[in-house]
Amino acid sequence: MLITLEFSGGAEMLFDNKKSHEVNLPDTEKWTIGSLLLWIRDNLLRDKPELFLQDDTIRPGILVLINDADWELYGQSEYVVEAKDKISFISTLHGG
Amino acid sequence: MNSHEKLSYINEIEKLKKELKDKNDLINQLNNSLNGDEKLPKVQSLDYSLNKEAISNLNNENILRYSRQLILPEIGVKGQLRLSNTSVLIVGAGGLGCPSAIYLAAAGIGTIGVVDYDEIELSNLHRQILHTESRTGLKKSASVAASCSNLNSSVKCIPYHTVLSSKNALELINQYDIIVDATDNVATRYLLNDAAVLCQKPLVSGSALKFEGQLTVYNYQNGPCFRCLFPKPPPPETVTNCSDGGVLGVVPGIIGSLQALEVIKIAIGLPDTFKQRLLLFDGLAGSFRNIGLRPRQKNCAVCGDDPSIKELIDYEQFCGAKADDKGKNLTILEQSQRISAKEFSEILKSKEKHLLIDVRSPVELEICDLGECLNIPIGSIEKEDQLKCIENTIKDNNINKVFVVCRKGNDSQIAVKFFQEKLTSLGICFQDIRGGLYAWQKSVDQSLPLY
Repeated sequence: MLITLEFSGGAEMLFDNKKSHEVNLPDTEKWTIGSLLLWIRDNLLRDKPELFLQDDTIRPGILVLINDADWELYGQSEYVVEAKDKISFISTLHGG
Repeated sequence: MNSHEKLSYINEIEKLKKELKDKNDLINQLNNSLNGDEKLPKVQSLDYSLNKEAISNLNNENILRYSRQLILPEIGVKGQLRLSNTSVLIVGAGGLGCPSAIYLAAAGIGTIGVVDYDEIELSNLHRQILHTESRTGLKKSASVAASCSNLNSSVKCIPYHTVLSSKNALELINQYDIIVDATDNVATRYLLNDAAVLCQKPLVSGSALKFEGQLTVYNYQNGPCFRCLFPKPPPPETVTNCSDGGVLGVVPGIIGSLQALEVIKIAIGLPDTFKQRLLLFDGLAGSFRNIGLRPRQKNCAVCGDDPSIKELIDYEQFCGAKADDKGKNLTILEQSQRISAKEFSEILKSKEKHLLIDVRSPVELEICDLGECLNIPIGSIEKEDQLKCIENTIKDNNINKVFVVCRKGNDSQIAVKFFQEKLTSLGICFQDIRGGLYAWQKSVDQSLPLY
């Protein structure tokens, strides 16, 4: 299943500074955001997983979006990922 | 030298000293008259009370002045009067606060309060565009107030030169109608959010870093607050400030301008604000994205149905980070693992064999350096090939002393600790240059550029 992952607001620094990643998830299981997070940790994340995940969920300060909407509106980590979904991870900025 | 000659030298020195002092006085005098045409307003104490006399009609001058926005049906005379009867508190007189304040002044907002504890530095001017070269060293709040008054003398501008804190925030915020979060750190953002919720004021929040900006309106018309989105603060090590991460001036310029727009919409009561929405601006990609956010959370600690936060708390403690963007001063190494800039300059002079590792980014290395070095950016010290590179350099050149330098002396300590652990087998001593390039500039070579 092909989906798009996006990282911005500084979260891309954990992923070789690349903001957009097309990834192909194995069709062996039903994917939720929860299982996707672990897949990202094991397959995409280069180092410092604690800057992305804490206690197997997204760390405080990163907003997760499902097709440009807050994941809270879709049941957070329970959401079942569909082909062509765009999942974004936005680190909040604090500078000014 | 006989005593007579000595005396004449001493006299000569005294005479030159006096001349020098006279010339310095003259320079100061000339500087003062050069800048004398500009007097910044006095900063106000927090208990200064706003005189809110309602304005009920526009005079001819104001009609002409605001005519181009007055003829917009969404604004009209009614909207313009609302603007002139609205008071806005801008917290932060920096990259976001400057554009925000000046557009609000131009649009004829009645009262603009500006809070900032900081003074103007040269490195602020590329983005904090109301401050000027001649104002460096002066108070940012007063500078913004002066610029706004110059543009529109009918706007009441009130500068507060203070740190916004749990002690003073409520008193200040209570006096204003709309709050603009133009701050630069996590602790103040939580403080401002909670204060805005407790005082029931809309909070127009902006932020910017590098080429990216974000904008939201919190606590407005039953929409979410900052805590609804982020109940827990981010780990301090994940937060980057403008000084470390860099920022292009136009980016906060755009976000700050949009903050002014949101304030105007809220003041007039126009629909479609950024309540429950988040704007993501990416200046490099040239993209604006509009994100739908969650509604107000019933279980939110401050704006929920049964809030646990009923008064302001200690936000530095809550966030584990200081309420400024000045960066930290780490001390994680023993004294024996450190060397002063002066001592390192002696080693360079003596030509003693050593290896210098500079852990700044390549783009920083281009700005200035301390001579021959190995560049291993702090973000990649953990990479296998980088460690291998250090190991090979040490072995190939029979080196037994390694020094690590960075800009201010924090990253260099982290790197020394890491190298010492990972490369124990080499049996050599890693030391960091205490205070980094800043210390070098201060105690060894004043011509080194600071950034």
